[in-house]
Amino acid sequence: MIQLFLALSLPLCTPSAPQQDATTAFVGARLIPISGPEIAEGVLLVRGGKIVAIGAAADIEVPAGSTVRDVHGKTILPGLICTHSHIGQPAGADRSAPIQPEVRVLDSIDVRHASLQRAQAGGLTCANVMPGSGHLLSGQTVYLKLRDGETIDDLLIRDSGGGIAGGIKMANGTNSRRDPPFPGTRAKSAALVRSKYVAAQTYRDKIARAAGDAAKLPPRDLALEALVEVLEGKRVVHHHTHRHDDILTVLRLAEEFGFRVVLHHVSDGWKVADEIAAAKAPCSIIVIDSPGGKQEALGVDYKTGGVLERAGVSVSFHTDDSITDSRLFLRSPALAVRAGMSREKALAAVTLEAARQLDLDARIGSLEVGKDADLAVLDGDPLSVYTLVHETWVEGELVFDLADEKDRLIALGGDGAGDLTDIHQCCGGVR
Amino acid sequence: MNGLLLALAALVVQDPEVLAIRGETVHTAAGEPIQNGVVVCSGGKIVAVGPAGSITIPGGATVLEAAVVTPGLVDAHSVVGLAGWLNQNHDQDQIERSGPLQPELRAIDAYNPREELVAWLRSFGVTTVHTGHAPGAVITGQTLIAKTRGDTVEQSVFVPFAMVAATIGVGATGDEKPAPGTRAKAVAILRQELVRASEYRAKLEGDEPPDRDLRLEALATVLAGERPLLVTAHRAHDIAAALRVRAEFDLRMVLDGGAEAYLMLDELRAAGVPVIVHATMARARAERRNLSMETPHLLQEAGIPVALQSGYESYVPKTRVVLFEAAIAARYGCSFDDALRLVTIDAARILGVDRRVGSLEVGKDADLGLYDGDPFEYTTHCVGVVIEGEAVSAEVR
Repeated sequence: MIQLFLALSLPLCTPSAPQQDATTAFVGARLIPISGPEIAEGVLLVRGGKIVAIGAAADIEVPAGSTVRDVHGKTILPGLICTHSHIGQPAGADRSAPIQPEVRVLDSIDVRHASLQRAQAGGLTCANVMPGSGHLLSGQTVYLKLRDGETIDDLLIRDSGGGIAGGIKMANGTNSRRDPPFPGTRAKSAALVRSKYVAAQTYRDKIARAAGDAAKLPPRDLALEALVEVLEGKRVVHHHTHRHDDILTVLRLAEEFGFRVVLHHVSDGWKVADEIAAAKAPCSIIVIDSPGGKQEALGVDYKTGGVLERAGVSVSFHTDDSITDSRLFLRSPALAVRAGMSREKALAAVTLEAARQLDLDARIGSLEVGKDADLAVLDGDPLSVYTLVHETWVEGELVFDLADEKDRLIALGGDGAGDLTDIHQCCGGVR
Repeated sequence: MNGLLLALAALVVQDPEVLAIRGETVHTAAGEPIQNGVVVCSGGKIVAVGPAGSITIPGGATVLEAAVVTPGLVDAHSVVGLAGWLNQNHDQDQIERSGPLQPELRAIDAYNPREELVAWLRSFGVTTVHTGHAPGAVITGQTLIAKTRGDTVEQSVFVPFAMVAATIGVGATGDEKPAPGTRAKAVAILRQELVRASEYRAKLEGDEPPDRDLRLEALATVLAGERPLLVTAHRAHDIAAALRVRAEFDLRMVLDGGAEAYLMLDELRAAGVPVIVHATMARARAERRNLSMETPHLLQEAGIPVALQSGYESYVPKTRVVLFEAAIAARYGCSFDDALRLVTIDAARILGVDRRVGSLEVGKDADLGLYDGDPFEYTTHCVGVVIEGEAVSAEVR
């Protein structure tokens, strides 16, 4: 807090818009690259939104003309990645059917909602924003870069072909059980999913047989089209699942149809760790303050991360924001360490491993030359309760600064915090 | 760690009369921390506390050791035991929606001391919990104060009727009858009921006592100053309305929630109203949308008595844990000692049970939390819990 007041007493930092050829040098911080050993006192160079050099201070020359940021005493992590979030008030599928693959959550997200800024305040730079779990399949998810943007397009991640990065959200267990046309039992849930994927296989095969002949192509079906992307491994299934038997049902369906899946929440994951490991299914874990809330979540346990780690499973954590607060995302790996997870894997679980689960590890998740300059600048150890996020950078741009009055209101709350929506323009568009 | 576990295992077998707890640091919540301290417990009470050099541990005493020892934590407001972890209708007794005014609902008639959430709180060092009816109607019912052990209400509850729980603001209103539809109507209903209770109380003292009315009887005890009215209010104008009611009826009042209490510091201090602030990590939405993680610190700085609560939120987590909430208060402004006060002695004072719990002092209940490091750190473990001289948890969590 003393540090905070000191920071506030300094002139507010308003760097001008970075130029493509300008270099920003972060000098003196402890660097935690995730992909390699920690650097006690390092230098990180950023240019054109990318990391162009990283190393010990003694080994890296800061180019003349660089903007130097003295970060001695600070700790820099790769920007945090949340593999399961509901920031921006996403609304996917409606009540008309239990399986709605054609629905894109990106068509519903309010990027000016304060929840995105709160995520930036937590050091997050990327989030898999998903529709809810009240359907067997509630729509296509979208992986967002938490840039300061004014439209959803400003936040999308595109591949070289212009494709939009995202997965698809599925759920089993009790949340998706309702009155018809929704399923009433677990077996019915699986049967509905199975028949839809069979329809997608048929659709895919018809397209293949048409061999480009428009006359032979089936009528275009957006729902089946999305499921074909799943069958072809282009779109990862993010599957809400809690109870041990529900987890195994997901693995059974994934094997049957050959889809790639990340298991989400996995309250009972510690009970079926070996089966998850054998299926090579990555897990995205929620860490919540107490077990229960529903029968299928009675098994929630802080030890899940450690148990899965020891079984050899890929582990990430998620906020499920607003179930847990993105501003306190680092609590999740820290509480997992409390219950036996290794520090290294716990930090990787909110960075590089999370990036792998989203197929984004070539771009983000670690401090490596050539990767996006997505950074979380902390004032202490990432797993300490007393550590605050001071700055968040996305692609070389400062998107959160605790020394900025508005950003501080987002980080801590206070009078007017609940009315924050359109805050990007707070400083004349300049940060 | 192993030594501690062995000691606890031995304790269970021996059931000794004297228990001594050694801490590398003992936070008493009644003065400076004691380095290399000892707390001696006998007959369920603390009989000695001080530096190791000044205390003689009686021969035959069972000795526990931990890096850090604190008073057993006091959760100043919860619904555990009325609200269960299953979150199904059959284990959710924290609110009865048949009417807006039900001060006659006794928490002891609903409290389940075997509820898993009670054990969950205990495993982090919470030994006292103020629990009962939740916010959500003008008056929802009574609250109680219990130790987090015991299989029956008789074994666990030590204040059967602590406060009457009321709500001011949108939380007291609703679209369906019999809930009032507006803020002003809710306050009008509350005032009318307090007027009726005042008249009832006056008649009780007259020559012709009225027919017994359980509802008015409960409120009359509040008007008589026997217990406070616990008013949940979050917005500044709702807090102002609560303070008007307090002044009009000259009530003892405890403000609960208080998301915007930082805007009402002068008024709260002038009225002498303590605040059991919302869980520090409660979701900032609806009436709590302007909550600040600094509120506990700001209230303390203003000299207003303040404590923390696990609170009540309708979805997961089914309970928060005041150890974690105090940790966040320590992250955002409070010193370690001030954060610890929020969940020990200051909580006990607001609940009126500080003669028994809340600090490590001779004569108080032997309730302690044992930790293997700074209790607020995410990665520290609670390694033992003592209630009234009995080691009730050897779980490492």
